[in-house]
Amino acid sequence: MLFMFLLQANTTDLFAVRDLNLIVPEIILTVAACVALVMEVLLPNQKSRWVGYFALGGVLLAAASVVASWVTYGASFPLAGFYGMVKLDGFAVVFKLIFLLAAALTIAVSLRYLDVESEQRGEFYALVLFAATGMMFLASGYDLIVLFISLELMALTFYVLVSYTRRERRSNEAGMKYFLLGAFSSGVLLYGMSLLFGIAGSTNLGDIGQSVNSILHAPGMDDATPVPLRPMLLLGMIAVACGLFFKISAVPFHMWAPDAYEGAPTPVTAFLSTGSKAASFALFARIFLEGLGGMRDEWAPLVGVVAAITIMVGNWAAVTQTNSKRLLAYSSVSNAGYLLLGIIAANRYGYVGLAVYLLVYTLMNIGAFGVIISLHRRGVVGEQVDDLKGLAQKDPVMAAAMAVFMLSLGGLPLTGGFIGKWFLFGGLLQRGKEEGKNWYYWLALWAIINTVVSFYYYVRFIRVMYLDDRAADARPLSLSPALRVALGVAVFGIIAVGVYPQPFINLAQSIVSALAGAGAVAAR
Amino acid sequence: MNIPYLLSVVTWLPAVGAVIILAIFKRDQAGAIKKFATAWFGLVFLVSLALVGYDRGAGGFQFLEDCQWIPVIGARYQMGADGVAVLLIVLTTLLGVIASLSSWEYIQKREKEYYVLLLLLQAAVVGVFASMDLFLFYLFFEVSLVPMYFLIGIWGGERRLYAAIKFFLYTLVGSVVMLLGVLKIYFMTQDAALVSKIAQGTIDSLAGNSQASALVASTRAAAAANGTGVFNIIFLQSLGSVLSPGAVTTLEVLLFFAFALGFAIKVPMFPFHTWLPDAHVEAPTAGSVILAGILLKLGTYGFFRFNLPMFPAASKDLSYFGRFGVRHVMITLAIIGIIYGALAAMYFVVKRDGDVKKLVAYSSVSSMGIVMLGLFALNPNGLNGAVLHMINHGIYSAALFLLVGIVYERRHTRNVSEFGGLSHVMPGYATVFLVMAMTAIGLPLLCVFISEFLAMRGAFEAQPVWAAWAALGIILNAGYMLWLYQRMFFGNIDNPKNEKLKDMSGREWAYMLPLVALSLWIGVYPKPFIDFIQKPVNAVVRQVRPNYPLPGAPAPTQTAERTAKP
Repeated sequence: MLFMFLLQANTTDLFAVRDLNLIVPEIILTVAACVALVMEVLLPNQKSRWVGYFALGGVLLAAASVVASWVTYGASFPLAGFYGMVKLDGFAVVFKLIFLLAAALTIAVSLRYLDVESEQRGEFYALVLFAATGMMFLASGYDLIVLFISLELMALTFYVLVSYTRRERRSNEAGMKYFLLGAFSSGVLLYGMSLLFGIAGSTNLGDIGQSVNSILHAPGMDDATPVPLRPMLLLGMIAVACGLFFKISAVPFHMWAPDAYEGAPTPVTAFLSTGSKAASFALFARIFLEGLGGMRDEWAPLVGVVAAITIMVGNWAAVTQTNSKRLLAYSSVSNAGYLLLGIIAANRYGYVGLAVYLLVYTLMNIGAFGVIISLHRRGVVGEQVDDLKGLAQKDPVMAAAMAVFMLSLGGLPLTGGFIGKWFLFGGLLQRGKEEGKNWYYWLALWAIINTVVSFYYYVRFIRVMYLDDRAADARPLSLSPALRVALGVAVFGIIAVGVYPQPFINLAQSIVSALAGAGAVAAR
Repeated sequence: MNIPYLLSVVTWLPAVGAVIILAIFKRDQAGAIKKFATAWFGLVFLVSLALVGYDRGAGGFQFLEDCQWIPVIGARYQMGADGVAVLLIVLTTLLGVIASLSSWEYIQKREKEYYVLLLLLQAAVVGVFASMDLFLFYLFFEVSLVPMYFLIGIWGGERRLYAAIKFFLYTLVGSVVMLLGVLKIYFMTQDAALVSKIAQGTIDSLAGNSQASALVASTRAAAAANGTGVFNIIFLQSLGSVLSPGAVTTLEVLLFFAFALGFAIKVPMFPFHTWLPDAHVEAPTAGSVILAGILLKLGTYGFFRFNLPMFPAASKDLSYFGRFGVRHVMITLAIIGIIYGALAAMYFVVKRDGDVKKLVAYSSVSSMGIVMLGLFALNPNGLNGAVLHMINHGIYSAALFLLVGIVYERRHTRNVSEFGGLSHVMPGYATVFLVMAMTAIGLPLLCVFISEFLAMRGAFEAQPVWAAWAALGIILNAGYMLWLYQRMFFGNIDNPKNEKLKDMSGREWAYMLPLVALSLWIGVYPKPFIDFIQKPVNAVVRQVRPNYPLPGAPAPTQTAERTAKP
């Protein structure tokens, strides 16, 4: 760390102590993670659940400090610290809250699961906290080096988490696959970053943004003159995009997702599909909207094509799945496509859509995995869609919760999913009008038609739960108070966003102001 | 009787009933649940009767409610109903009681969930008719799919899973495309240059009375303060008057079709109708009653409320595709629907194992074609006939489905060839069936005669050839209905299983008689009903064709579009 700071600037000072204020939540998480590791050693056998509760407390404390920093410094955002390597603004705060929500829900749904698997060890929670720390820095990092290190912190912990159930061969296989492909994609991403650094002469996103602008929109240039460095810029952009497409599991870089999702322990799948995806989107938005905002004309069609293919492949592949985790993996692929629409739109509606949809997506996906976890008992995996058969008779409350998650994933009005999609599609239409290009409209039509396909498989869950009279088996669900609370929070959140989204939209608006500032740079 | 927030009460009261059932009844108290639910439906119906106090002389949108909801996107909780909506809401609440009463015997499993869903469905459907905000409308419009999906999927027949998902996805395709149209038109309300062209007179004419105009003004002011667009339906309708300054623009045509697809699938119009027979055949009786009586009206109501006034230039367009216009497309599909529906229904009388329910379903396709034809006749007679036919179709198709349900409960088959000579054992049933079959045919003194006559007359005024084609469909209608009646009720009882059939019970009479009475009432003295719909219809005609001479209105200053007196 010390070495990094020395490289950064022509100063011999380290950093101002007050800069630490900007990263209080991250510090809390790191400390909590370390303490969790120690606790595991000190606690008596069979008491590892306490580590879980402690980690939950740590996450909540971090969330409180995020809120506190917002309340305290909100007026003076954006704040930069550590020589511009960290930037705290509305964007960072909103995303951090989403990550912490994902982490808290994940811990809540894993307490019982690990007991059932007899893998209750404290390091699980420590790993979750470390991953969350990485995500937090992805949201507030403003420098390619910080961003890459935090990405690797998150990815490495996930490689371990995916293969966490050591005795399970599927889990090991999934971890291995995820690791190999993930390492490869990190390499591609790093290569792209190095090209950007080569062009801009700086790793700071703001500097990169200005360099890109001055290269592409130099004064006195017309369309005829070839832009020097443009091929290199394009190559860098494409390499970065490919690395990021892998992280958000966009087609054609989605191959790892179904295997990793299916093999990983279910709580890890839940965390991977929400926290990791949200963090990758934060990174995507930071690099593409702030660093590369000036070359929007270049990357928007590329991302648009990828989004269109992702939406289609994800939805159509999910139709044929029988394993619910695999099905939700493909659904998560298609959702990555929908989220990309917000980045393509890159306007107020698009940003609000991105934030609201990520929030709702976190709630509904972890909720859905939570229900699947409740079917998981010793000797019963409960991962087939048919294992939900007759759940409405056995446990009407759980079935109703699952129905809400599924309808929200599809985007039915009165659920949060609809509000998210409303903004994503709205942003795209606005962008189409602004630029006078028709492909935005076609993309919106394509995406919205595909939501009908997605309803086909989401409704399948509802069909087996409600329309089948007989239950799959009569054994009770494995429920814990923490799981119930997590599901309750998820259902409440989804309905709240669906029925009265005003406060959530206001929250999401703060990322607009953060990114709109970057847009002004791009326009210059 | 003056009930504050009447429309909200009528909308949400069924949902409250659903919550009560969920909260206080246990799963095995089926008897208590069905009595409570029916009583609750009765209560909702009685409350909704207060809507009949709608001031027919004033017209326009009444029972207005307005409340801030999501200021960031300009969505407000706005309720209001004009005469058309009032009639449809009262029809909905009436059919709610009837559907609930008709399910007592038919539904033999999971009664608690059944009545909860029935109540929720009613809340959603009434909400569709009562919304004055497009966002709110869309919400109710989509949500109404879910309870219906469950009603078909859980209590349906053999192929219920297939029918339920088909119903769900089909209607969804239309409404998601409509969502893009909703977004687009919403963003257009933020276009200051466009909005400034709207004449206040247009808004006043569509609003119909000063309170509704004031509501539009306050909505616009609130939207301007928040920097958002407007979802108010009256305002969106008035926006239609400035969408195409000269010839119809491609944008308006596209928007027209985006909305039309959503509604046409719901109606259903000809190429989009294939979900309907499946859904009807598999749905339980009450499901069919609500589906045919109410849900199909969501589509035609949508055309009346949105497509015509919001896209007037596209609605009357006759030349967008060269010699063929948007209106031609709609009229052609409507006429094909009328004839095709009738022919398909006839096929199920002729077929050896023809399903009576399928027959009634196809006759619905035919009937809704008449509604569409009347709507796109674009004159007061046509629209009055179309709107009245929505109500009438709600009465007689619901009655026919109930009648089919009655005999199905006794025989567990709906196969035409299984019956014959039923008039000997079930004289009461045969009489009611006769009245309803005659209603469907359009016998004078029964309700359908009035509406078909008006719709046909409107079509004739617009283009005699259209009316001629539609008349062919109506003749076919008479053909299969009479044939069906003959095969089911006349002759000797040649199937021994039919010898011991019981005639209608008191409960069955209780829910059939109101429909018979309504059919007679509208057939003999339709004036009160026409009074409800006349002013809203005139407002729509004025919006689509500003120069059309309206009966009872001062003659337009410019040259009349047609010289023939309507």
